[in-house]
Amino acid sequence: MNAQTIQTATPKAKGAIMTPVRLIGVGAYLLGVFALVPLFIAVTGRWDFYYTLTSVALLSVGAAGVWLTFYIGRINIGQGAYALVGGYVSAILVVKAGFSFWATLPLAGIACAIVSVVIGLPILRLRGVYFAMVTLVLTEVARLSALALPVTNGAKGITSIPLPGELAVFGLTIIPDFATLANPKLAFYLMAAALMVVTYFVLWRIVNSRLGHLCRSLQQNEELASSIGVNTAMLRVLAYSISSFFGGIAGAVFVAISQSIYPSSFVVTDSVNFMLYCFLGGLGYVFGPMLGTLLLYFGWDLLSIAKQYQLLIYSGSMIALMLLLPNGILSLLDKKENRQ
Amino acid sequence: MEQILANGLYLGAQYALIALGLTLIFSLMNVLNFAHGQMYVFGGFVTYTVVAQFGLPFIVGLLASAAVLAVMGGLIEKFLFRPVIRRSKREESTMLLAAGIAFFLDAVILLLFGEKQRGVPKIVNGVLNWDMRIIMPYDRILIGVLAITLIASFILFMQYSRTGRAMRALAQDRMAAQLMGVDVDRYSMIGFALGAMLAGLVGGLLVTITGINLGMGGPTSVKAFLMIMIGGAGVISGAIAGGFILGMMESVGLTLLAAYGDITYLVIFATLMVFLAIRPQGLMGKPWG
Repeated sequence: MNAQTIQTATPKAKGAIMTPVRLIGVGAYLLGVFALVPLFIAVTGRWDFYYTLTSVALLSVGAAGVWLTFYIGRINIGQGAYALVGGYVSAILVVKAGFSFWATLPLAGIACAIVSVVIGLPILRLRGVYFAMVTLVLTEVARLSALALPVTNGAKGITSIPLPGELAVFGLTIIPDFATLANPKLAFYLMAAALMVVTYFVLWRIVNSRLGHLCRSLQQNEELASSIGVNTAMLRVLAYSISSFFGGIAGAVFVAISQSIYPSSFVVTDSVNFMLYCFLGGLGYVFGPMLGTLLLYFGWDLLSIAKQYQLLIYSGSMIALMLLLPNGILSLLDKKENRQ
Repeated sequence: MEQILANGLYLGAQYALIALGLTLIFSLMNVLNFAHGQMYVFGGFVTYTVVAQFGLPFIVGLLASAAVLAVMGGLIEKFLFRPVIRRSKREESTMLLAAGIAFFLDAVILLLFGEKQRGVPKIVNGVLNWDMRIIMPYDRILIGVLAITLIASFILFMQYSRTGRAMRALAQDRMAAQLMGVDVDRYSMIGFALGAMLAGLVGGLLVTITGINLGMGGPTSVKAFLMIMIGGAGVISGAIAGGFILGMMESVGLTLLAAYGDITYLVIFATLMVFLAIRPQGLMGKPWG
């Protein structure tokens, strides 16, 4: 198994340099996300796609976090818990303390990071399936806590949260008040897409930094890494808290869009889905989770025309895909590199 | 107090049976079977169809559940898990497959049986009343006894039959078992079938009491994960211990904590977190699974 993981890790090692091809790829991607998609929607008039694509962008932010925990060799099925925590932190700060949404966004992420350090210190000692199962249970804990705590308003949840207000620096409006916009859907899409781009840039930087190399050493052999002086305990908690930070931010924006949050806003299924997005895209590539999210979430949405057979076709194609490409879709790229 | 203990034992027997199937599959193939809860629901619906629709006796329904789920488990192992395990780089890839199967079974159940809550008529009437200290319907006692009998026969099977020995060898060390001439593929398939069959049997047993509906799959899987975490993954005695402990905790918690609202499970989870921080491999598990 170890030799195999090394193989998965190698394609990224040389990814730190911005080759012209890469630059063009990134440019095309940015153009597609920020210009072509809005253009396409404006032409076809499928305004409902905005909501779907906004969700895709936000879910892939959460999935980026899960991917980072995969990167240190842990299976994280608890991202839903942090999305819920982040959502509640943002909602409570906006509604009860009168904060601006933009201030709560980083605060939600930081709150999640702090929570994840407290939870992570004991549970990150677990490995393999044990860690996976604990994180799965964590989502359920978050839901039950939201039901039981007084500040979260129990099962009634927090509703009619105001739309994000104006963000201004020295009197200069950077982001206008969402309530005054003619088309808040587009605004939300652009915000989510921007968040996604920033997240994946950060993730890409982390993976190609010293921290990323250390994480890779953890993925391959934790004992060996610690024996040559890598502070594995600190590194695990750090990676996990960055992961939870992403989860919290994704949750906070989700809450801002739906303007409400309930204990059941993020459940075990969502946590499992975050993990599936990573698997489907391929764990060997930073952009795997983004592709996985797009395919699974958008595919699910498109399949709604199949009515009662939606879930059957969706899960059937998921199984088929797994049989054809057990290492994720981006493993297609692996083969090409091996042949060269 | 006697009542709480009796309830705990009854719940624990059901839970242990669910956890046994999950832990068997895990120990043999290192697969975390997300679809276990769905298999349980499927088993319940098979019994419901046989008993309530065709009007056959309950025992036929139970056997039908066991047979259908065993065949389903065997096929899933042979045609889905085996090729994926052989070809994937990371063992965890099977999780995507397992989750896909869980969704697929959900879809199949929805199409075949609908989303309504289903139940079968009581198989035994009457209530045991022991001096007002233990009050328990006879059908619950019967199901509890059946579950304990099944657990006992499962243990005997694993302990003394040739198949059971082969599976235990496989769980201990796959490579060594193979070198000793154990047909790994065959026994993996039998093990998966047996695990799925156990899930189906519990479904069939519980449909007489709590009924069954589509939404029960996921929560059942989560509970089963809890139990094997308490007891230790991949250990049969651990699964039984975990099942009974969770059953007891639930029974005690629901009585004692009722005054503080619906927090039993929150307390159980919190306790589990503390417990796992001290003993990560569970009560009887091997370190690092």
